[in-house]
Amino acid sequence: MNILSIKNVTKRYAGHTALTDVSIEVPKGSVYGLLGPNGAGKTSLIRIINQITAPDEGEILFNGEHLRPHHISQIGYLPEERGLYKKMEVGEQALYLAQLKGMSHAEALSKLKVWFERFEIKGWWRKKVEELSKGMAQKVQFIVTVVHEPKLLILDEPFSGFDPVNANLIKDELLRLKDNGTTIILSTHRMESVEELCSHIALLNLSKKVLDGSVRDIRKTFRSNTYEVVYEGHSINLANSLWGEFELVENIQLDDHWCAKIKLTGNSTTNNLLQSLIGNVSLHSFKEIIPSMNDIFIRLVSNKEEVTL
Amino acid sequence: MSKVGLIIKREYISRVRKKSFIVMTIAGPLLMGGIFASVFLLDKVDNEQKTIVVADDSNMFADKFKSNERVTFIYSHEAVDSLRHNSKVRGYFGVLHIPAASNLPSLEKAVTLYSESQPGIELVSKIKFTLEKEINTSKYIEAGIDEKRLEGIKTDVSIQTRDMENKQTSTGLTTGLGFGAGLLIYLFIFIYGAMVMRGVLEEKTSRIVEVMISSVKPFQLMLGKILGVALVGLTQFLLWIVLSFFIFQGVSMTLLNKKSDMEHVKEMMEKRGAQNNPALMEQQADQSTTEQINEAMSTINFPLIIGMFLFYFVGGYLLYSALFAAIGAAADSETDTQQFMLPVTLPLILAYVAAANIISNPQGNVAFWFSIIPFTSPIVMMVRIPFGVPYTDVILSMGLLIAGFLFTTWLAARIYRTGILMYGKKVNYRELYKWLTYKG
Repeated sequence: MNILSIKNVTKRYAGHTALTDVSIEVPKGSVYGLLGPNGAGKTSLIRIINQITAPDEGEILFNGEHLRPHHISQIGYLPEERGLYKKMEVGEQALYLAQLKGMSHAEALSKLKVWFERFEIKGWWRKKVEELSKGMAQKVQFIVTVVHEPKLLILDEPFSGFDPVNANLIKDELLRLKDNGTTIILSTHRMESVEELCSHIALLNLSKKVLDGSVRDIRKTFRSNTYEVVYEGHSINLANSLWGEFELVENIQLDDHWCAKIKLTGNSTTNNLLQSLIGNVSLHSFKEIIPSMNDIFIRLVSNKEEVTL
Repeated sequence: MSKVGLIIKREYISRVRKKSFIVMTIAGPLLMGGIFASVFLLDKVDNEQKTIVVADDSNMFADKFKSNERVTFIYSHEAVDSLRHNSKVRGYFGVLHIPAASNLPSLEKAVTLYSESQPGIELVSKIKFTLEKEINTSKYIEAGIDEKRLEGIKTDVSIQTRDMENKQTSTGLTTGLGFGAGLLIYLFIFIYGAMVMRGVLEEKTSRIVEVMISSVKPFQLMLGKILGVALVGLTQFLLWIVLSFFIFQGVSMTLLNKKSDMEHVKEMMEKRGAQNNPALMEQQADQSTTEQINEAMSTINFPLIIGMFLFYFVGGYLLYSALFAAIGAAADSETDTQQFMLPVTLPLILAYVAAANIISNPQGNVAFWFSIIPFTSPIVMMVRIPFGVPYTDVILSMGLLIAGFLFTTWLAARIYRTGILMYGKKVNYRELYKWLTYKG
């Protein structure tokens, strides 16, 4: 079941097109990475999901229903450009934003108290926002994004501007929310930062979707069947062992051992490679070289190929 | 509570609690009271006696120049030149030389006032008035009309303005009322329109706005802000009126506590009016002013005027504040707002300038058009209303103001929803036009 279905969405601004016929399915309970360089259309898409702007073409389904204003209370959004009213007190402001998401005053108050305790910031309740440091304000921003327990949480460049300690805190919280059934959409241009969190991703470039699917499937498709082998012994022995069915991509000496990159060719398997190696050299380690999202992205964009899984 | 209600509440409370609001609310009437008080104090300081020596060689004006608390006239038969040379030593302000003349027409142009410093217009007109009066009398006598007959000939016209039901009206009162109401609306639009604009800018620069519009529609946010600020304005105005009343009372009690002072002020005011227009003085003298004002007040339709005032007060504010909100949304900082401010404030200023003109001709063409066009009508119609305006004009004007308000709000909302998400972009009018066409 998909919590969000984006169907053939196009968004044009005078002078340029922000999104061209983009379709994305976000499964319930997934952590969905919306990846792409700056200007790819990520924020435009997120603003459409948040009903800040409307698409020129296409439609969006939320839990199978057409996206409507009342869905706002089920969505939490942390924009890239985020801030708070500087002159307001922290608690007052959190209450205000929670109520705007449709919570009652009493409900918002009790939920916020729990979150403030959890983040160990209870003492800030009566502080003015302008007295907070940037990191402190970020915690408050995160709380007001999630306090109404949204089914879908959308974070635009969530880790930009967060210090490492807060970034880790937020990561842990996101994983906890995911375990509780919240679907999370993360958008970022720094692809390496969210790879480990995401179960699914979509890659956007120049207003178009170039790739989407589960991370596992994508990796499978883009695996290069190349392995990194660290061994001791003569490199000539290694070369002999690879005769015929394998391709030696690289072989470099590191102090007293060697590191080689070997690609399987033809119908050979990992086991074949291992068998050949074991007889000739003494192995230290053996692992598959997994392409990073960044590598995949660069490969896709430079080849201008579109892959649908 | 509805979302707009929540926004109104926040906008209202956050502003009313601000120190600057409290300071302005208290300082506003104090400032007004201070200006009011200083005018009186300055007038008192200015009240220094001036002595003018009259060298009357014609011998026609003996005892005709009456001294008062500002000017003392003394007569001297010394030569004018010696009077002039000694004026400083003797502390004279000026020397009035009336030469001996062979006939009256030549005398008319021959009088000279020598003075240490430039004499005030009040003094000159007082002297001129006395001279003219005496020369006139002499001319009549020369023409063979004796003083008794002259008294009989003297004409004193005073026109009473009455409405068709034969009730006393007062042009002065009507003018004051209309202009005052127009001025209040003008101030309200400027002060609180700018407040809306700064509020929008604050949301933009603090980057809260995207969080906000993921919860509420941009239009709701704009509307909530406009209405919240309107309530702030009404609160402040109400407090100003109440405080001003007390401060005015206080100032009048302390400054004018002595009866003589009161009389002095009244006398001074009368003289001021009279010296510019001598006929007025006599007219005023034989009328019971209070009674007239009371009767004139009763002809003014206060419920209508107050109703109209509230309508144009709110209507004018809503019309303009939407535009101010749009300016705030389109700009990135307060300095950026300048280029968009001019076209919005120009009609306001024009209306205010026109209002001064319209007072002299409240039923003219200019008055009609300015009180119909929504951008000027809130101010101009208020100036016209106390003079009586045909119902068709009022209905047309009100209808157009409502339509104008809906139009500017629609326009502003379209600029607003795009503008608030544009950071660090220099916006021009062409860009604004493009925003109007975006799909919400």
